Amino acid sequence: MLRFLAHRLAQSVVLLLGVSIIGFGLMHLAPGGPLALYTINPTVTAQDIERVKAQFGLDQPVAIQYLKWAEGMFTGNWGYSFFGGQQVREIVLDRMPATLELMGTSLFLALMIGVTIGIVSAVRRNSVADYASAVAAMIALSLPTFWFGLLAIYLFAQTLEWLPAGGVASTSGGDLVDRLRHLVLPVAVLSFVLVAQWSRYTRSAMLDILNQDYIRTAEAKGLKRSRILLNHALRACLAPLITLAGLQLPLLVGGALVTETVFSWPGMGLLFVNALGMRDYPVLMAILMVSAFVVVLGNLLADIAVALVDPRVKLGYG
Amino acid sequence: MVDVPAAEIILPRPAQRFGALRRLLRHRLAALGLIVIGLLAIGSAGAPWLAPYQPDDIDIAQRYAPPLSEGHILGSDDLGRDVLTRLLYAGQVSLSVGLAAMLVTVLVGFAVGAFAAYHGGWVDIALMRLTDIMLCFPSVFLLLFVAAFVTPSLASIALMIGLTCWMEIARIVYVQILTLKSADFIAAARMVGAPSWRIIFRQILPNTLAPILVAATLNMANAILLESYISFLGYGIQPPAASWGNMLTNAQSDFQVDPWLAILPGLAITLAVASFNFIGDGLRDALDPRMRERSAGALR
Amino acid sequence: MTALLEVEKLAVSFGTMRAVDAISFTVESGEILGLVGESGCGKTTAALALMRLLRGATCTGAARLADVDLFSLDEPAMRARRGSDLAMIFQDPATALHPTIQVGDQLVETLRTHLNLSARQARSRALDLFRKVGIAAPEARLRAFPHELSGGMCQRVMIAMAIACSPLLLLADEPTTALDVTVQAQILDLLRQVTREAGMSVVLITHDLGVVAGMADRVAVMYAGAIVEMAGTDRLFAAPRHPYTRGLLASIPALDQGWDEPIPTLAGSVQSAFEVPGCRFSPRCPLASEICRSAPSLREVAPGHFVSCWNAA
Repeated sequence: MLRFLAHRLAQSVVLLLGVSIIGFGLMHLAPGGPLALYTINPTVTAQDIERVKAQFGLDQPVAIQYLKWAEGMFTGNWGYSFFGGQQVREIVLDRMPATLELMGTSLFLALMIGVTIGIVSAVRRNSVADYASAVAAMIALSLPTFWFGLLAIYLFAQTLEWLPAGGVASTSGGDLVDRLRHLVLPVAVLSFVLVAQWSRYTRSAMLDILNQDYIRTAEAKGLKRSRILLNHALRACLAPLITLAGLQLPLLVGGALVTETVFSWPGMGLLFVNALGMRDYPVLMAILMVSAFVVVLGNLLADIAVALVDPRVKLGYG
Repeated sequence: MVDVPAAEIILPRPAQRFGALRRLLRHRLAALGLIVIGLLAIGSAGAPWLAPYQPDDIDIAQRYAPPLSEGHILGSDDLGRDVLTRLLYAGQVSLSVGLAAMLVTVLVGFAVGAFAAYHGGWVDIALMRLTDIMLCFPSVFLLLFVAAFVTPSLASIALMIGLTCWMEIARIVYVQILTLKSADFIAAARMVGAPSWRIIFRQILPNTLAPILVAATLNMANAILLESYISFLGYGIQPPAASWGNMLTNAQSDFQVDPWLAILPGLAITLAVASFNFIGDGLRDALDPRMRERSAGALR
Repeated sequence: MTALLEVEKLAVSFGTMRAVDAISFTVESGEILGLVGESGCGKTTAALALMRLLRGATCTGAARLADVDLFSLDEPAMRARRGSDLAMIFQDPATALHPTIQVGDQLVETLRTHLNLSARQARSRALDLFRKVGIAAPEARLRAFPHELSGGMCQRVMIAMAIACSPLLLLADEPTTALDVTVQAQILDLLRQVTREAGMSVVLITHDLGVVAGMADRVAVMYAGAIVEMAGTDRLFAAPRHPYTRGLLASIPALDQGWDEPIPTLAGSVQSAFEVPGCRFSPRCPLASEICRSAPSLREVAPGHFVSCWNAA
């Protein structure tokens, strides 16, 4: 187990290094460079540019800049926003809880509903319910999330006036009920897509498992159907589903970004889109790195979880 | 041993191909998807002849005409432009961005996957690590990040989407080729001295085609979704040119003034994307029965 | 007195495809019946039909186990009999055991499903069973996962699970096919020993005539879904009557055979059999004649010796 952990940890570090190099490279290879916005502005003189460059260390060779920046990332000095000069770390980490709240709630809900639908469709294979859920999932996966969110706002916030249209809480109050009411629409929109994905994944994983010999053995032992499903099939399903959860993380983070922009949910996604408008590169880079970090970390956790539920993994089987 | 005439062994192949097509058409939703895509493609390509107006015909007197009103079947927008006309022209842009992006995806993905698998060694390690690394980025973030400092055009958007979405195909090709590499008929081709490129194009490409085709179709759906989102945010196709995504730029306010204006382009996107997803699903079933129960759904 | 298991005109079809074609046989109490035939002849399907574990198949006929018609039971009643009155052992022990549940728990689960035992009682019973099937260090092995055990060890666990509730009838489907040759004999010995001890009846399904010769009291030979010959083991090997049985016996390489002598094989394949009118073996049969266009049925050619062939000498 220890060797397995060390191996996966080393892999994750390599991935993060690669992620940072690519992100940093993208930013510096871009036409106009990090200061493109300044150069367009006629009130900014060439001297100003030089001064800003020196201030942010942008006049040094790219490799040196990268090393400095990477060291900063590592030690918690993520630089300063081009606008307002605030600590990037503070800006970004301030937004983190809102994003995690949205993502966590949606994922939890989607897993509960999606896995249930998936199991039912696998067990009642080729039934009307199976077909209906397949078609519904396919259409759900085809909806542009941002448009679907706007539609939801139009219907439930503006026309029916049941729920608030955006934000985490009302400006006046911020009690629990109010926060929950704000959470409903964004979570519903984000989990809608996730439910569709998870119901499909679970269905195919379940179908695969229900055809395995050991399920037939369980039946031959005279076990109850519910016990076979919940104890034998679901247990075998756990490892592939956890792995998928890890692999799905980039999509979840991406989905959260889209949802946040539509619902003005003050998380990292909204911050990213706002920073994008201002070409605030230190902030963009930090968010890109944090999201990639979350993905790498999530995958690492998923692998460890799989090793815990499936004793074959750490020995190099499965 | 009884001698089996050679013809008997070779015969089944063409029959199987027709079988795949028939299976695809029997998949009702895929057939429906093909029809819808066909109609959308004809409508968009034939926009100059089919559309009742020019896409930038402004008519201030007829702003926000509701659907089914006289002269504007699907209504008009904030500048009095005909919505149907703009939807058709936008279809040209959105579908071609999707198609071009898909081509880039397949090309880059195939090149990376094939090269890594075929070459092996450090090339393999470097390229597949790169693929892993790229997969860590949520593609929407990466795409927006790049889109923000590139002057948007149809080509650049397609290129950007393609360059942020090739990893899945690279992995498919990589795994397929690694499997094939050890297959006997490749060894046979090597033994008779066929050059590498020839083996790749004559033996490996046809054998990896089925999974690539499926992935490409699903990628097309994904590309249309991504284009719509970055155009909606204003980093994609720039007005006055219309794409389904940028027709939704003002959707938030449009919903209050004239909901149809915000609903129709979204429906067009959903219709196109769903059709490609259904076709992809049908293709998966038709081309390889073994893949039938694999996970479905487009990546976004 | 009636036999323990009476199977009457059991037929199984998947859609239009008939996998088992109205087979009838009996198994006496304590008897081992060998069910022999090549892959795809329907022997496994017949066994699964008796367990009522076939999905998407239509089964007709009757199967009475200790005078209870298995096919007329409702599902809960059938479930109560699976694993307790009739149990089954599968071909590949590596895939037949759940990969992420400790083998001890899988055994305990069977015990507690059918017997009213506390967790502790079941655990100690499981330990006894492990000892009985010859698993060394049984305490530690209870906590092992299948991948930590060898194939032979896994099959011992499967046998322990199958005999856990002392079933009347054990269906053993190719119990040694997936194992190393050296382990095969051990497993067969074990199987014979534990079933004899408990007076258990066994239907031993195999394609290996050698296995049958050493184990079975009687043998039923299946071809293309039907039983073509059935007799006591000694008699079947000494005086086979059906051309298919003869072909099978002839294709066993003898020890005194020269290395360069060809092994006699049965010409043709079983694939066409299901489309043939009349006797299904006729396309491959050296004795086939006009009369074989109508299907023969099993007839008793000597006491206890049944053959389904018009031309059987």
